[in-house]
Amino acid sequence: MKLNWLYIAWRNLGLKKLQTSLSLVLLAFGVGLVSLLMLSERQLSATFNRNIEDIDLVLGAKGSPLQLILANVYHVDAPTGNIRLADAEKVMRHPYIAEGIPLAYGDNYRGFRIVGSTEAYTAHYEALWATGRAFESSFEVVVGAQVAERTGLNVGDEFFSAHGLQDETDVHTDKVFTVVGILKPNGTVLDQLLLCNISTIWEVHEGHGETVLPEDREITAVLLKKRNPLAVLTIPNTIRETNMQVALPSIEINRLTQNFGIGMNTLQAIALLIMLISFASIFISVYDNLLSRRYELALLRTMGGSRQGLFLSLLLEGGILSTGGALLGLVLSRLGLVALAQMVEDKFRYDWTDIGVLTDELLLAGMAIFVGLIAAAIPGISAVKMDTSRTLSEAQ
Amino acid sequence: MIQTHALTFQYDPSGPLLAFPDVQCEPGERLLLLGESGCGKTTLLHLLCGMLQPASGSVSLNGQDLGSLSEAARDRYRGQHVGIVFQKSHFVQSLSVLENLAIPAFLQGVAFDQSTGMAMLEQLGIAHKAHQRPRHLSIGEQQRAGIARALIHRPSIVLADEPTSALDDSSTSAVIALLEEQAAAVGAALVIVTHDQRLKDRYAHRIELTAQPQSA
Repeated sequence: MKLNWLYIAWRNLGLKKLQTSLSLVLLAFGVGLVSLLMLSERQLSATFNRNIEDIDLVLGAKGSPLQLILANVYHVDAPTGNIRLADAEKVMRHPYIAEGIPLAYGDNYRGFRIVGSTEAYTAHYEALWATGRAFESSFEVVVGAQVAERTGLNVGDEFFSAHGLQDETDVHTDKVFTVVGILKPNGTVLDQLLLCNISTIWEVHEGHGETVLPEDREITAVLLKKRNPLAVLTIPNTIRETNMQVALPSIEINRLTQNFGIGMNTLQAIALLIMLISFASIFISVYDNLLSRRYELALLRTMGGSRQGLFLSLLLEGGILSTGGALLGLVLSRLGLVALAQMVEDKFRYDWTDIGVLTDELLLAGMAIFVGLIAAAIPGISAVKMDTSRTLSEAQ
Repeated sequence: MIQTHALTFQYDPSGPLLAFPDVQCEPGERLLLLGESGCGKTTLLHLLCGMLQPASGSVSLNGQDLGSLSEAARDRYRGQHVGIVFQKSHFVQSLSVLENLAIPAFLQGVAFDQSTGMAMLEQLGIAHKAHQRPRHLSIGEQQRAGIARALIHRPSIVLADEPTSALDDSSTSAVIALLEEQAAAVGAALVIVTHDQRLKDRYAHRIELTAQPQSA
């Protein structure tokens, strides 16, 4: 049998299970909450930024510009309405515009949106094929990686679409879609979409008894890349007379994250407060140990224990608490993220499974451990200064 | 052996000066320091083991002058050569009785032989409590465990501070007998500091401390 200070510190903490658990739980929650905020912020900004890369403007029906962006870039909101193809083409041909990617939709397959577009769409997000080829004619479909995983669709499979963007009550049983390709996962919105050409979308609804003249054909939106920075200023003027608007993804997303930011800051403040309380709890815990064990510490001195040894034993108690709390917090934040990802995936179909440890989190854990040690060092110093003889006399 | 010369002590510079008679105890001998409460018994005991530093005079243990050692060296020296039995045996409450016996070895950085510890607890009749926390022991058992811890590292000097004041007559003679026996077994000098008059007749070699501190 061999004792050491770490073992003694461990056993001392075990003697006060309630106080020890309280300190651990408080610190774990504080660290966990801060790290969860860090993790979700990373996921959020990564998701947002990947999808708006190189899209300067989004053209669509008038309404909330944020909604226009969310609906047509991220495919998480309902579209603001439809626009006439003829009007949209005028904008796409504008000399200040380099490229326009038209989007049309209105149907879904098992909750995943079927989006009509051109090869420019897949090219824009640098999509790679896992198997099969691109769509060439109407009713040929290329399936995003997550859709394929969730629905089990494979090249050669056939299916019917349902009207609307979510529910599956109104199925178009007269038009059969055929899967011709599956995309590799690439972390963009393509993962959650089924892609076809635009005329497929028109034909689905024409088949519904709505005959549409070619000049009245409508699409939902156009993703625009500018050739000239002035496009941002001039395009809104050229479409003033139509039912169309343009929105800037970067500005709308900025506004969105700023609104989020207020909530994030509040949560961060609460988390820091919890951490502060936990440090107070560690301090009280170690200090209380010191008070109730003064005689024990004096006893250790009579048996040859050095002042440094006693200091170390108290420091270790704080160290065990803060290290345990910090690690527990990182585990907790990952559990939280997995739960949150589940929710986000169900609601918005975004994959949030990157749970790698961030540098900021290591910094956070390191700081928590350091402050925990400081909280323990304060009573530790008073143990160092303790008058052994007086402590022993007082106890008798 | 333990030997003091013209010890005085002062708790604070303006306070009274306590003067102590010279004390000497050879290996294997027993010495009783008898005095009423407040006459500085505990102070003397703390001086004897170097926990307090005298205002003047000297303490030497086995020929080593404690005053010439640094505080850290005194702590180490005491840990190695002195075993102390307290009036109320306090323990490290989070550790088992056996682990408490391992503390002196740990603090001196030497290996603890578990079988020696168990043998000692066996002799003192508390082996069955070896793995329990100290607070689960009765007062008498705690006192015996305290003796075990004071002697486990075979010190050459054993100091006992009021070892019997909390005990009834029969326990008192049992505990004193154990203490004597164990100290004799390791050939240590045994110094008992007490106000307990029951012990007076047991010891021919005794020094009575006066209750009044002498003025400087």
